[in-house]
Amino acid sequence: MTATAARTRLLPTATARGRQRRATATAYLFLAPSAIPLLLFVVYPMFRAAWTSLHEWNLLSEKSWVGLDNYADLVSDPETAAAFLHTLYYVLGVLPLTLVGGLALALGLHRAFRGRNLLRGVYFLPVVTSWIAVAIVWRWLLNPSVGIVNEALSWIGIDGPGWWTDPAWSMPSIILASAWKDLGYVMVLLLAGLQALPTDVQEAAMIDGAGWWRRLRSITLPLLTPALFFVVVITLINGFQVFDQVYAMTGGGPNGSSEVVVMRIYDMTFRYGEAGLASALSMVLFLVILLITLGQMRGERKWVNYV
Amino acid sequence: MRKRILSGIGSVAALSLALAACSSSTDGTEVSESATSDAMEPVTITYSNFISNGGNEENLQTIVDAFEAEYPYITVDVTTLPYADYFTVLQTDLAAGTTADVFDIEYATYPAYQPSGVFAPLDGVDTSAYRGDVAAAYATDGVQYALPTSFSTVVLFYNKDLFDAAGLDYPTSDWTWDDERAAAEALTDADAGVWGDYQPISYYEYYKALVQAGGQFLTDDGSAVAFNSPEGLAAAEWLVEKSGTVMPTAEQGAGTADFDTSLWADGKLGMWHTGIWMFGAADGSDFAWDIAVEPGDVQNASAVFSNAVAVSATSEHQDAAALFAEFLSASDTMVDVRLETGWELPAISDTATLSTYLDQGDPDNRQAVFDSLDGIALPPIIGDNQAQMQDIIGNELTEAAAGRITAEEALANAESKINDLLG
Repeated sequence: MTATAARTRLLPTATARGRQRRATATAYLFLAPSAIPLLLFVVYPMFRAAWTSLHEWNLLSEKSWVGLDNYADLVSDPETAAAFLHTLYYVLGVLPLTLVGGLALALGLHRAFRGRNLLRGVYFLPVVTSWIAVAIVWRWLLNPSVGIVNEALSWIGIDGPGWWTDPAWSMPSIILASAWKDLGYVMVLLLAGLQALPTDVQEAAMIDGAGWWRRLRSITLPLLTPALFFVVVITLINGFQVFDQVYAMTGGGPNGSSEVVVMRIYDMTFRYGEAGLASALSMVLFLVILLITLGQMRGERKWVNYV
Repeated sequence: MRKRILSGIGSVAALSLALAACSSSTDGTEVSESATSDAMEPVTITYSNFISNGGNEENLQTIVDAFEAEYPYITVDVTTLPYADYFTVLQTDLAAGTTADVFDIEYATYPAYQPSGVFAPLDGVDTSAYRGDVAAAYATDGVQYALPTSFSTVVLFYNKDLFDAAGLDYPTSDWTWDDERAAAEALTDADAGVWGDYQPISYYEYYKALVQAGGQFLTDDGSAVAFNSPEGLAAAEWLVEKSGTVMPTAEQGAGTADFDTSLWADGKLGMWHTGIWMFGAADGSDFAWDIAVEPGDVQNASAVFSNAVAVSATSEHQDAAALFAEFLSASDTMVDVRLETGWELPAISDTATLSTYLDQGDPDNRQAVFDSLDGIALPPIIGDNQAQMQDIIGNELTEAAAGRITAEEALANAESKINDLLG
């Protein structure tokens, strides 16, 4: 101890550098447990998929090199275009529902009242439930002939739609189930954002006579924009990769009406024996998500306020 | 800074999820040396199957037990999967090089898999033990690559009690579509929840109905489809017009798992187009029932399916695996078990052995199973794009059945999509 202290005094710069090097080594040591699986199960498969995307491969035979042909095929494939449109439909449907619904829940459950924590737990429950279980339950609820939803609609004189048996309603069915499941997640993120807001500004506004709506619009929401921004980014990233609920609820049908991009990647790989084409599509999807996320980062400055 | 990190994490998560679907690894084509030194060393082989799923698990175990008794040094580790998931799992296993030593395949998958070299040749097997026409479907260039475990046909099941109640004559092998239609209409009683008929709106029913109507699926040289014809239209209308008239619609549950089986078991189905593999499940019914050869239009044509077992080219115990494959497809034990339990028909050449099958009761008219072989509709095989083709037919006909498009439009759509696949 004393020796180190003495040396520090004698050679300040050299030891500072040494200490920094040690700190860097320590940092790497701490990162290793997560970095190794990440490299092995994320980065390596990514490069393999990129490599596969340049081949024709039915999973069984040897891969054969086709260069960029798979990408050219995707561009001219109407079903791929349709898959992107279905995915966009999903994202545009689920984003406003979870954002507005999650915000309303967060605002409601931010106030202090009896049973608040219980309700927070209840709304978060779907988030930690398996998608397969949720999808099966929703399929029952939305069953066109014996489901509770259509039964309830019939009480008020509405002839319920065919939900997942009708191509026009398959996507709304999935959006509905997804919004229900994701609401709690968005609520928790926004609740955390609300709790981090400074209370003095609110108090000042209250003293100035600002009503609830005025405070929400002019103070709470602007201050909440970092959390809202995060929710939008995450919802879009997750939304473009929607798969579990589609697989379990409709399998992409009927007649391909809910075939989203990842569902198509799955079908191409495991049902149609076109792993090369599917890898190319996953690369394209990655690029699309990357561009959208970068676009959001750019747009961030315009509407997000950091205190 | 926090937002950067958060969205950074988001992008990585995005990446990993987007790529998870296609991150399989090895090429699955490595060839291992055949273990000729299996001899009497204890070995454990794995067997992955769908044939026993849904009621025949114990029957399969009986056969496995008999095999292990005859070859005490071999242990068989059985994995049973539902048919709906089986081929996805098999394909993934083949790609990853984790295939079972012995695995099930079926008639339609053989031509798609064989050229990829995933099957070990079965040189030492006496193929004269099998029905020639069935065994030939699993041989390429004179080499046997898989052994047929069973074959089955699709027949017309009918509920005698419902026929009696409606005062109708039972179906015979002379029935045509018109007879079936008339009976179906007479049997349907919407208020009682009774439906006259059930025939899935699917590729499998369509190619068969097409042959019954006298049409063909592909042109003679196989370069294009030929079903967009008067015969093809008749077949499509035969199927889709049942929906909502004498058969429940998709909204009422048709097409979902086990829907037809429950409807039949509840005694609410007059006629049912399904395979003889349903004998076991239909047996528990508390009403009288029987079967008949499926009615035709201009001719009778029945769908015949066969299942087979193959030995993996990458298996380390190919000799033991081949012994098991042979036992599973040709042994007396297997024949006895299948005949006693009514679990599809063994694809063996010794038809005398099969005579006991006829006297098993329920259904009484088991002769119809053999009669149905007189007119066979073979499924069209197009190779790599088989699954897409089947999906296209199923989807278009389902749209037509729901009344969202006409049968003509369904056929025109299917024609152009499938010709794209063939082109």
